[in-house]
Amino acid sequence: MTASATESATLILRPSADDHRIAAYAAAAIAITIAEAALPSPLPGVKPGLANIIVLVVLLRHGWKDAVWVSLLRVVAASLMGGTFLAPGFVMSLAGALCSLGVLGLSCRLPAAWFGPVSHSVLAAFAHIGGQILVARLWLVPHDGVFYLLPLFALAALLFGVVNGLLAGQILQGDAAVTLDGVLSAPTGTTTGEMELSK
Amino acid sequence: MITAHVLSAKNWLSCLRPGDAITLISAAILVVFLFLNFWTNTRADRAIVRQGGELIAEFGLNNTRRVEVRGPIGITIIEIAAGRARVLSDSGPRQYCVQQGWLERANAVAICAPNQVSLLLAGSASGNRHDSLSY
Repeated sequence: MTASATESATLILRPSADDHRIAAYAAAAIAITIAEAALPSPLPGVKPGLANIIVLVVLLRHGWKDAVWVSLLRVVAASLMGGTFLAPGFVMSLAGALCSLGVLGLSCRLPAAWFGPVSHSVLAAFAHIGGQILVARLWLVPHDGVFYLLPLFALAALLFGVVNGLLAGQILQGDAAVTLDGVLSAPTGTTTGEMELSK
Repeated sequence: MITAHVLSAKNWLSCLRPGDAITLISAAILVVFLFLNFWTNTRADRAIVRQGGELIAEFGLNNTRRVEVRGPIGITIIEIAAGRARVLSDSGPRQYCVQQGWLERANAVAICAPNQVSLLLAGSASGNRHDSLSY
């Protein structure tokens, strides 16, 4: 106790291997979000959401809790970098992320032999637009006119959900075989904070 | 080698599982349903004008008329003619609601936010099921 008095006066945060891993995935997701913001969009709000590929990979490799961390870190950090923190765009993106995480929490309990990354991706994409349009209706545009855009958003969710799911499937392809309870075993090398996106 | 990998459809589809078909078909049905539900042409039959959230007036779209609405920064003029309506002029700086042009469909809306004026077209969900009734 006395010997460590000076040491205990300083708070030392030692990031665990889990922290390193989550930070690495989140960094990848943030980079994709920023890059994607530069892409032109045919309709405001319609974006491929490529960062969700990372969330899907994390979900299927490391479980739901890690996916929640990565997804929310991405939303907060990307909004800070884009200068939209706490702006309507941020709230919309947070609402979408929370809804899709909720759905992913349920969908990852589905039997993995039957439902792969494409299912998770499509379900999450629909939850995403559902949450966003609900927030838009309740808060930003309190009028049923917003639902006029719903079919387009749903179509975009279907298309990008499939594309993102297939891309996540490609990344996951090299991973260890699916265990019976649907949890993919983590690839080696993550303890040092390295991340393997492709093999 | 990499190109061959990327171009191989078999490679891409290898992550698909049987249940994914259920997800995809349900999602496609939902999209079609949403298009049918929200995009089938319900024709507008009246224009609802609001200022500061208060209902100013409701007009049928059959009679041509111009309506002046006074808001905090000036006057917004709404024009109604032959089944459609538009914001003819507005004192707002950006003129978004004017540039929207004619509104023709039910649930279409033009909002002149600075002057707190909104123009909404409403139509009965049944649309034009009856074009005349006689006894």
